Amino acid sequence: MHLHRYEKYWLIFGVGTLIIFLSVIGVSAFAMGNHPPSHTETIDPQNVDETPPFDNPGLEQIDEHTYVATIKAMTFGYQPNEIEIPVGSTVIFQVTSQDVVHSFTIPGTNVNMMVTPGHINKAEHTFTEPGSYLVLCNEYCGTGHHYMQMTIEVIE
Amino acid sequence: MSFVTNNGIDQRDGKLGMTFLYVAFAALIVGASCGVLQGLVRGGLIELPGFLDYYQILTVHGVLLALVFTTYFIFGFLFAGMSKMLGKMTSGERTSGWIGFTILTIGTVLTAIMILLNDGSVLYTFYAPMQASPWFYIGLALFMIGTWICGAAMLTHYFRWKKTNKGQLTPLFSFMTVGTILLWYVASIGISATVILQFIPWSFGLVDKINVLLSRTLFWYFGHPLVYFWLLPAYMAWYVVIPKIIGGKLFSDSLARLSFILFLLFSIPVGFHHQLMESGIPEFWKYLQVVLTFAVIVPSLLTAFSMFATFESAGRAQGATGLFGWFKKLPWHDVRFLAPFIGMIYFIPAGTGGIINASHQMNAVVHNTLWVVGHFHATVGATVALTFFGITYWLIPVLRGRQLTPKMNKLGVIQTILWSVGMFIMSGAMHILGLFGAPRRTAYTTYQDHPTALEWLEGVFSSQVTMAIGGTILFVAALLMIYNVIHLAFLAPKAQTEFPISEVAEDAGQTPRILENWKLWIGIAFALILFAYTIPLWDMIQNAPPGSPPIRTW
Repeated sequence: MHLHRYEKYWLIFGVGTLIIFLSVIGVSAFAMGNHPPSHTETIDPQNVDETPPFDNPGLEQIDEHTYVATIKAMTFGYQPNEIEIPVGSTVIFQVTSQDVVHSFTIPGTNVNMMVTPGHINKAEHTFTEPGSYLVLCNEYCGTGHHYMQMTIEVIE
Repeated sequence: MSFVTNNGIDQRDGKLGMTFLYVAFAALIVGASCGVLQGLVRGGLIELPGFLDYYQILTVHGVLLALVFTTYFIFGFLFAGMSKMLGKMTSGERTSGWIGFTILTIGTVLTAIMILLNDGSVLYTFYAPMQASPWFYIGLALFMIGTWICGAAMLTHYFRWKKTNKGQLTPLFSFMTVGTILLWYVASIGISATVILQFIPWSFGLVDKINVLLSRTLFWYFGHPLVYFWLLPAYMAWYVVIPKIIGGKLFSDSLARLSFILFLLFSIPVGFHHQLMESGIPEFWKYLQVVLTFAVIVPSLLTAFSMFATFESAGRAQGATGLFGWFKKLPWHDVRFLAPFIGMIYFIPAGTGGIINASHQMNAVVHNTLWVVGHFHATVGATVALTFFGITYWLIPVLRGRQLTPKMNKLGVIQTILWSVGMFIMSGAMHILGLFGAPRRTAYTTYQDHPTALEWLEGVFSSQVTMAIGGTILFVAALLMIYNVIHLAFLAPKAQTEFPISEVAEDAGQTPRILENWKLWIGIAFALILFAYTIPLWDMIQNAPPGSPPIRTW
C-alpha cells in the first residue's frame, strides 16, 4: 500500500505522541501507584446496614494525620452527611451504595468515583487547604439526584 | 415502466431512504426542544410545569437525538447510497428494509410511550438497578432487531453485487457501508445480551436480582462502538462525497479502506474507558483497554491527513499557489462543503478531549462532569450532526428530484453558522464547568447555596447561564433546519440533482484486496475482544456480589 512521504511523517508524529502519552500515564499508574479507583471488594447491597464497617459509618482516626471515612450512599444523600477533619489530614474514603448507582465526588479534588451497589470503592485525598468541601453525586440516581450532597469541613 | 429517477437511484429505494430521513428530522426537533428546556432550567432561567420532570425530558432528549436521529439518518443515507452505487435493490431486499424500518419504529414508539408515561425516566443509559417498565426494554430490543434487519438487507445487496461483479473492486461507499454495518453487529452483541438476558427477565419479575456491574460492562462494550457507528457515516461523507463537492479527488482509496478496518478492530475492545472510576474492574484491565483506545485514534489521524491532502490537491489543481493559497479555493459559500468542514474542525478539540477522557487516572478530573457532556456535544452534536446536515442539503434534493436553490443554500449557510456558534458557546461552557467539577445530568441546584456550586452560575463564559444561551441558539438553528428540510423535500423546484461521488486520484495506487477480506478482519476483531474482555468478564460473573433488586427512584 502506498503511503505518501508526508503521511509517514504525520503518522510517526501522531503515533509517537500517543506512545508518549501512554507511557506517562502507564508510569504514573504502575510505578507511582496513581491508579483510578478500582477496589474489588464486594458486599450484599441489601444488607449494607448489617455489614461491617458500614453498620457503623463515620470517621475513624488510624494514625496522627490519617482517617478512614466509611460512608453509605443512598437516594438522595450520604451517611454521615458531614465530617470534620483538621487541615493537613489524609482521608481514605470507603463508600458503598445501598440502592442504585451513585458517585462520590469532591469538586476541586481528584476524588471522583463511581459507587455501584454490590461493591465498595475507595479513594484517598490529603486536604491541605481549610474550608468547606462539597461532596456531590454526579451519576443520575432519581428525582432527587440534584439534592444529593454532603460536606467535609476542613478546620485549622 | 421505469422506476429509475433522474439521479440514478431507484424511486422505490429512494422512498425507503427518505422515510428514514423524515423520522430522523422529526426526532431532531422534539429532541432539540427538550434540549433547550433543559438548558434554560439548568441555567436557573425557567422552571418546568408540574407535569414535566427534568429527568424525563432529559431521557427524551438523549434517546431522540443520540439514538433515534442518528440511527434513522444513517440508515436513510446508507440505503440511498447503496442503491446509487450497487444498483437498485431486489424487491426482497427492499421489503426487508421496510420490515426493518417497521420493527425499528414500533420499538421506538413503544419506548417513547413508556418515557412519556414517566415509566422510563432512566436516561438512555438505563443503568440497573433503576428499573423502567418491561416495555421500555422490549422497545429497545425491537429497536435493535429492526436495525439488524435493515443491516441484513444491505449486506444481502452487497453480496449479490459481489457475486455478479466477480473480481471488481467494491465501490468505496459500499465497502464503508459494510464496515459500518459489521461494526454495528459486533457491537450490538453487548447491548442485546444485557437487555434480553438481564433486563427483560428481571423487569418482568422472572428473576429478582440483577448483576449491576455485568450489565454496565455489557452496555459499555456496546456504548463506545455506538459512537463510532455515528461517526463512520460522517467519515464516509468526508471520504466519498466532499472531494467531489470541492472539485477534487479522493487522496487514497486504500488508506480510506484501511481506516475503516482499523475502526472495526479497535473501536470495540475499549469499553472500560467509560468505567475507569468504577469498582470491581482491576487496574490492569482498565489500562489494557486504555492502550487499545489509543489505537483507535490512529484511523482518525489517517482521516485528518487524507482530508487536508484532498483539500490542498484540489486547490492546487485549480491554480492555487503558495503554502496556503489552496485554502482560499475551497467553496466556502457552498453549505454542502461548509457544514461538514466545520464538523471536521470541531473534531480536532473534540478528539483531543476524548484522549483526555480515556487517560486512565486523569479521567477522575472529568468523569461524569459537564466536561463529558461538552465532549459529546462537540463530537456527535457538532462533528456528526453538522456533517449529517451537510449531507441533507444534497441528499433530500436527490431523493425528491428537487434542487438546492441559491437562496436555500444561503439559508443553509446561516443554519450552519448558527449551529456552530451555539455549539461553541454551549460545549465550551460545559467543558470549563466540567473542569470545575459541575456534575452532568443534574437538574438546577445550588447544593444549599454552597459556594462551590454558586460559582457555576456566576462565571462570564463558565456559567450554566452561558450553556442556556448556547442551547437557545442551537434551538433556533434546529428550527431553521426543519424549515430547510421541509423546503427541500416539498417546495424546492423540481430538478436533477447529482449524488456526489468522488473519483480516486490517478497517483493513488492499487487497492490491496486483503482489505476486503471481512472474515479475516472479523476474526481479528473477535480475538481482540476476547483478549480484552474474557478474564474481567469471567471475574465479574464468578466473583459477583449478591445482585440488586429493582428500584424505582423517580
